[in-house]
Amino acid sequence: MDAFTLISRAQGSYVRAIDDGPIEDWPEHFTDDAFYKVTTADNHRRGLPAGVIWANNKAMLKDRVSALKEANIYEPHAYRHLLGQPAILSEREDGATSETSFLVVRITGNGPTDVFASGRYLDEHAFVDGRALLKKRVVVCDSSRTDTLLVLPL
Amino acid sequence: MSEATTTAAREWPEALSKVPYWVFQDEEVYRAEQQNIFHGPFWSYLCLEAELSEPGDYCATFIGEQPVLVTRDFDGEIYAFENRCAHRGSLIAMDHYGHAKDFTCVYHAWTYNLQGDLTGVAFEEGINGKGGMGSDFCKKAHSPRRLRLANVHGLVFGSLDNDVPDIEEYLGQEILDRIERVLGGRKPVVLGRFTQNLPNNWKLYMENVKDSYHASILHLFFTTFGLNKLNQKGGIIVSESGAHHVSWSAINREAESGQHYKDQKIRSESEYQLEDPSLVDSFSEVGDDITLQILSVYPGFVLQQIQNSIAVRQVLPTSVDSTDLNWTYLGFEDDTEEQQLVRMKQSNLVGPAGYVSMEDGAIGGFVQRGIAGASGEFATVQMGGHEAVSSESRVTEASIRGFWKVYREAMGFEIEESK
Repeated sequence: MDAFTLISRAQGSYVRAIDDGPIEDWPEHFTDDAFYKVTTADNHRRGLPAGVIWANNKAMLKDRVSALKEANIYEPHAYRHLLGQPAILSEREDGATSETSFLVVRITGNGPTDVFASGRYLDEHAFVDGRALLKKRVVVCDSSRTDTLLVLPL
Repeated sequence: MSEATTTAAREWPEALSKVPYWVFQDEEVYRAEQQNIFHGPFWSYLCLEAELSEPGDYCATFIGEQPVLVTRDFDGEIYAFENRCAHRGSLIAMDHYGHAKDFTCVYHAWTYNLQGDLTGVAFEEGINGKGGMGSDFCKKAHSPRRLRLANVHGLVFGSLDNDVPDIEEYLGQEILDRIERVLGGRKPVVLGRFTQNLPNNWKLYMENVKDSYHASILHLFFTTFGLNKLNQKGGIIVSESGAHHVSWSAINREAESGQHYKDQKIRSESEYQLEDPSLVDSFSEVGDDITLQILSVYPGFVLQQIQNSIAVRQVLPTSVDSTDLNWTYLGFEDDTEEQQLVRMKQSNLVGPAGYVSMEDGAIGGFVQRGIAGASGEFATVQMGGHEAVSSESRVTEASIRGFWKVYREAMGFEIEESK
């Protein structure tokens, strides 16, 4: 499969894990040494390194999942991710870099469908056994604001 | 809320342990707070000195709802003034952080220098001798109001009231010492800035900050990994006035019995374990055993050390039931690479997605919704007695009582005779 198809398939599977579950599948879209960060366009532009979520391996992503299932307290809610087409920025035999826009709406309890986040994924993919795995995903949210809390990943 | 017309007509219970719910709901109270608290004789956090390192650097921030510009001029000094053009009231600058030689209002090009003096008015003399300002117009009389400023170990505070006491007197020695403990002689570096919108009145967040009782109960993550247990060595400092507080705990080097939590049947004894426990590997932040220090300055500032996660939080009310919580994550210039990595990992503990702080973003909203229809009822804050004093135990609500002690006086509420 070409890079576009591999990445598109992986992204479809990625958002399905978060939006419809099981959420335990979400870390499986990353390599063991993956880097994942959720930040804002303002921090990204200024080169500020911290994230609201910051992980430098897959174990930390699994910990995010177990924390949201076992430890953290929040009102039940769900996301729906809408992704743009990936723009392939570079590609090799064994990987590619891409950028994809996203919009995430959130439904909390019995509440309405609220726009929760928009932004872009800055990605490095590794092609392993016919799958695209994320080696690096920096989630750059357009707004600097997070409503209430962020517990499910973007 | 229709029965009361002025806040002075509101009666406040005499006991500090009773908090009327209308104080979180009433639009008039909210309006009066802008005047009595945020424009009153109190110090509000504006920004870090480190964020204004070069002449021309500026920060557009707020005291309550009041927009404020903080600048560094070419004389090296920091200035602050109201961010509102003296002409027709437009914002003078909009970028949260920026750099400028001077400021020009976009509406009619009135110009201000970095100290906030009005220096230019477009077409002041008119054109071809026609139009323009009258001869009685004096630029000097039309500059935005300047703030009083104080710099405490690199934290810049401002006040809109000239009668505010000196910052040293305002904070008191115990609070000053605890700020110095974290920031004294160090050069902070900003690692990131995030804003969390809280669906609740700002005072519910300040109560939460001052509430050391909830930390190990609501925030399971904290307790499971021994970051903070109420049976750790620690304590609460309440400043003399009641306004400010510090909650701290230190590594307990003696073996912990662990029995207290089991006895209370609190969720804190789960089997939960991290796959990457390096998240909580820490270094001694300033050479002592203290691993947690939450410090608040009245009305809306927090300096936080949670392990090696250092941050400042600015609490800005935006309406009676919504609040902006501005997080600035910090490191220090002399951090080693390993220390930087620890700070990055531990940034997961705090902020809008923080393992030990995300609940605080939601809990205020749960209270705001819970008290709808209960404006005549009261919260009870009796843990640790009825006084607002320091305590060795953190099973207390003393610092919450201190907050209300200062608040009800600043707002001028009548104190109800005890029945």
